[in-house]
Amino acid sequence: MKPRKFAYIRPDTVDEAVAVLGEYGDDARILAGGQSLMAMLNLRLVEAAALIDIARIPELDTIRVAGDKVEIGAAVVQNRLLAWPDLKSRLPLLGALLPFVGHFQTRNRGTVCGSIAHADPSSEIPLSLAMLGGEVVLRSLRGTRVLAASDFQRGVLTTAREPDELVAAVRFPVAPSRHRVAFREVARRHGDFAIIAVAAMVEDAGAVRLGVGGMTGAPAIRRIEMNGGTAARDAIETLAWDLEGFEDIHASARLRRDILRRIGPVVIEEACRCAA
Amino acid sequence: MRRVNPDERAKIAFWLNGRRVSGEAEPRMLLTDFLRHVLGATGTHVGCEHGICGSCTVLIDGVAQRGCLTLAAQAEERAVTTVESLAGADGALNALQTAFQKHHALQCGFCTPGILMSFTDYFARNPNASEADIRAVLGGHLCRCTGYAGIVEALVEASRSGNPAA
Amino acid sequence: MSQVLGKPLLRKEDPVLLSGRGRYADDLPVPNGTVHAHIIRSPHAHATILRIDASAALAEAGVWAVVTGEDVRRISDPFLIALKPQINQWSLAVERVRYFGEPVALVVADTRYLAEDAAELVQIDYEPLPAVVDLEAARSPSAPLLHPEARTNEISVRRFSYGDPKGAFEGADARVALTLDYPRNSFTPIECYVVVAEYRPHEKSYDVLANFQGPFSTHAVMARALRVPGTKLRLRIPPDSGGSFGIKLSIFPYIVLAALAARITGRPVKWVEDRAEHLAAASSGPNRITEIEAAVRKDGRILALRLDQIEDYGAFLRAPMPGPLYRMHGAVTGAYDIANVEVTNRVVLTNKMPASLIRGFGGPQLYMALERLVQRIAIELHLDPLEVIKRNVIAREKFPYKAAAGALYDSGDYLRAVELAVGNGRLEDLKRRRDVARAAGRPYGIGFAAIVEPGMSNMGYLSTLLTAEARDKPGPKNGAISMATLNIDPLGAVSLTADVTVQGQGHATVLSQIVAEQLGLKVGDITVILELDTLKDEWSIAAGTYSCRFSPGAAVAAHLAAVRMRDKLAEIAAKQLNILPDDVEFADGMIGSRNNPDNALPFGRVAGTAHWSPVMLPEGMPPGLRETAVWSPPGLEPPSSEDRVNTSLTYGFVFDMCGVEIDPLTFEARVDRYVSMHDAGRLLNPLIAMGQMRGSFAQGIAAALYEEFVYDENGAFLSGTFADYLVPTVGEIPPVEILHMETPSPFTPLGAKGIAEGNCMSVPACIANAIADALGVKDVRLPATPRRLHALMAAAEPKRPPPTSRGGR
Repeated sequence: MKPRKFAYIRPDTVDEAVAVLGEYGDDARILAGGQSLMAMLNLRLVEAAALIDIARIPELDTIRVAGDKVEIGAAVVQNRLLAWPDLKSRLPLLGALLPFVGHFQTRNRGTVCGSIAHADPSSEIPLSLAMLGGEVVLRSLRGTRVLAASDFQRGVLTTAREPDELVAAVRFPVAPSRHRVAFREVARRHGDFAIIAVAAMVEDAGAVRLGVGGMTGAPAIRRIEMNGGTAARDAIETLAWDLEGFEDIHASARLRRDILRRIGPVVIEEACRCAA
Repeated sequence: MRRVNPDERAKIAFWLNGRRVSGEAEPRMLLTDFLRHVLGATGTHVGCEHGICGSCTVLIDGVAQRGCLTLAAQAEERAVTTVESLAGADGALNALQTAFQKHHALQCGFCTPGILMSFTDYFARNPNASEADIRAVLGGHLCRCTGYAGIVEALVEASRSGNPAA
Repeated sequence: MSQVLGKPLLRKEDPVLLSGRGRYADDLPVPNGTVHAHIIRSPHAHATILRIDASAALAEAGVWAVVTGEDVRRISDPFLIALKPQINQWSLAVERVRYFGEPVALVVADTRYLAEDAAELVQIDYEPLPAVVDLEAARSPSAPLLHPEARTNEISVRRFSYGDPKGAFEGADARVALTLDYPRNSFTPIECYVVVAEYRPHEKSYDVLANFQGPFSTHAVMARALRVPGTKLRLRIPPDSGGSFGIKLSIFPYIVLAALAARITGRPVKWVEDRAEHLAAASSGPNRITEIEAAVRKDGRILALRLDQIEDYGAFLRAPMPGPLYRMHGAVTGAYDIANVEVTNRVVLTNKMPASLIRGFGGPQLYMALERLVQRIAIELHLDPLEVIKRNVIAREKFPYKAAAGALYDSGDYLRAVELAVGNGRLEDLKRRRDVARAAGRPYGIGFAAIVEPGMSNMGYLSTLLTAEARDKPGPKNGAISMATLNIDPLGAVSLTADVTVQGQGHATVLSQIVAEQLGLKVGDITVILELDTLKDEWSIAAGTYSCRFSPGAAVAAHLAAVRMRDKLAEIAAKQLNILPDDVEFADGMIGSRNNPDNALPFGRVAGTAHWSPVMLPEGMPPGLRETAVWSPPGLEPPSSEDRVNTSLTYGFVFDMCGVEIDPLTFEARVDRYVSMHDAGRLLNPLIAMGQMRGSFAQGIAAALYEEFVYDENGAFLSGTFADYLVPTVGEIPPVEILHMETPSPFTPLGAKGIAEGNCMSVPACIANAIADALGVKDVRLPATPRRLHALMAAAEPKRPPPTSRGGR
């Protein structure tokens, strides 16, 4: 189980990185943490003429609060964000779900941006980006563009990134104070890909935002009005039918729907009760 | 900018357990293969080569990570720490290793080096780890022999000893 | 009296392993010029190989050879198996492939990386054939045939009858029947297979290093395949192995393949199996369908059993298969006193990876059927399941107990073990937990399992597969030979070798304890060398580590060698000390008079006499200090003309009890409390014994709830990585309360029985019983995944609500 041949390129700056990426385009892969990429290379499931290692570029290894957003550079590893002292107050949803991303050992190398760029439908970080309405900063020789999460996330392992573009950073809106969130994930083993991941966030007095990962190609987000009656339950029922759910050896589509039906109200309830 | 072509065998140098080492490798060579078969440091084991079993866990600049998901080239000019560094020069086991022996936390010993390295990093950063914390970190490793009970006991004891990696 | 034996001493293996200084197969230096192999494997479950074109691969620099099935057919013979007609298997597929992952060609190159590159250049054309994956479907007359020359996929059917099952069924108050389907799984050691093979053309001999585990009866299979006498296949086993659990028997076809590649290339060839290869093709436990039926009295007493066991061995039968069907044969009645039994054993082939040795070896399949049946008897007769167990277990006064199918159970007090386990409030606690959970609407059940754990297999058990007449032709097979050699050098340093293979069980520590105990030395004084060399070390066909043969086998051989050495040293010392041999005592590194402690010599001095001063030895005593003991326990007879067979030497007992709750949100089964009572006779090292029980328990949990090799209906393999094949991590293994009692075996000098397989056998059945109790269902399939539990629990799905203003997707 050894990878095919590729060139190894380690640029020192973002400008160098996008220049090399412009040269190779689709034939190159960005190597940041490599926690998904290296496994796929070892299994010879993907091919690359060149790996562009961006892990040592200092300007990408930053967590910055800019106005009402937290910007996380492409070299920032998940455990660094998890250890960021302001995480719980500014990004409580990420505080809740980062411990479910892989394991301590993979979070030591896996990056926040890498997870978003990889766009695995069961991944937690892309779900948080969609839930929070974040942005993705893409850089190329052609310049910089910023896409909203909903425009960036397309489907299973598919994003709006062009072959010459580097996901240079992601931006999460800072949570309002006393922000109430909850997160649950169902997986066969802790650290496995989620069978289903559910996040809830209280938007205002009358509504909750519900996000579901693992059921369909991209994270699904719904605003659910809390009228005290059956509205929430009906909305979840509709969502279950809308998403249908993947069928795989670990869970049937029906099982995914049934877990959503049961977990969805619980997570909403937990978010509403959450003291923040 | 470092650039190595696909067929090129480049010299890779780094610090292994405090000692400057080097060897030649293609860009695609995994750190595990480089350690084991180029440098002869066979204490780091290979169990799955897709990042799940954790046997290959080593420290790079003090941070525990999967050796099998790392290219040798990525370790260039870094400090790599492996299980061979843990015991004293006279072979005396450190507190973590001693606890593993005491609690029968290993049988075949194949997964053990990776676990020891994970906790060498984790305890250095989290000296007052709870059992729940320990179990979460141990979740990144597969052991087929022990059923994990002895490993948890050893880790809990080592974390309470104050200086487990000493 | 005992100084060190029976004490929970820390393992002497550990400092080396904890320091990264182990010597596993892939760590050892290889000969200069070693080249590396990669195996091209079948992407089809069943297909004809039309053409293999290796020209592009061979044109690459650094590529030494592409070995194909036609090459190996030319220079090797098919592997021998226990059945006729012979179903031919070579080390590579010949003419057709029969399972996903089957080796088709071997690429040899300067490095593994290059070999994998070259493999992508080899063109192989296949013509797919219909595959048969389902065990029942494979038995149908219209099923595609795996081996047309066998004319059927059901390649062996044997019926056995003991006592008067027909009469018992006719006279019974009731009959209780059940059908069980036990899944495929493995225990996937973390270290995969490693082979380094050299060929010496002038001697026409092979020299192989491999992390093979035995049994060494397989050595003969390999030598025959290579067309050489056993002495021309030197097999060396490294000092350390990264786990085995039965799996590393099945490296043997690869040993032959690498040996042939070495011969073809003229270079030493190294092959290291990777994890994808391991999961797809290394080895699997066989899946089994069991139709089981009991004739019972109203009070729950079982009068007779009828079993139809249909076992799936995958694409080929490999030596020593079909072991799992027959290893438990003598003990097919388990822990119960049942005089009348009818058994039908069927061996079926399907398009899946070949099944073989795995920890538990037939036990999990048998007890899943038997213990589920016992619960069903209770339910159908409106009795308490525990009461049914207690009414049927063999009474203490019946030991040694001759079981209906021939097992001679050595010792036990099953009822007491059960009482101890449920006592001390444990069962009441489980019931309380159940009642609380159920009151809150959470499904919760209690399960029990009572099982007999055989140790040290009778090497003749497999011949039960043949009829008595067929057995007569080649002559009887029986026994179980263990060997150990104790050596003392001129300075009195003690070393021991034994016919076991290291897999992490701590054998060196326990063997040191055994020898130190006899010679009055410290454990640290004994050097145990367990790397094995078939040309230089003692071994016989039973050698290796499997089927719990260490404590009743190799440990006894070491004990006998040590006793003999002690006797010899006592005679030498008695002459020098001018005392009687009976008066000689060994203690604290001295050999002296029991009656006069001042009259003593250092151990090394007495030992030196045997080397330096033969003249001082007692009359007629041969000089030197080397004792090889061969332990061949009496009582392991060949199968009788009535097909009764004492399949093992010792029989331990395990009683398990657990509470399992099903999470109503996620459909996950969660083990709430687990109690496991063991009687494995005398414990040689309680620390190590505990490790074996805990490890075995975890593997039982894995089989019950997580691990399964899944194929789709076309034979595609769906469990190809550790992300799909779910080995439990620490979070998935619940705590277990392990209890122990000792009824020493009267059949071995140490009184110790096997202990490492019991929970692999009991846990799946016990958890299945708890789940059946929780959900009130009859059919529970393992592993009991959320997917399966959901299918058992889910009501009709709610209707889609009417569209809201947001509507649609």
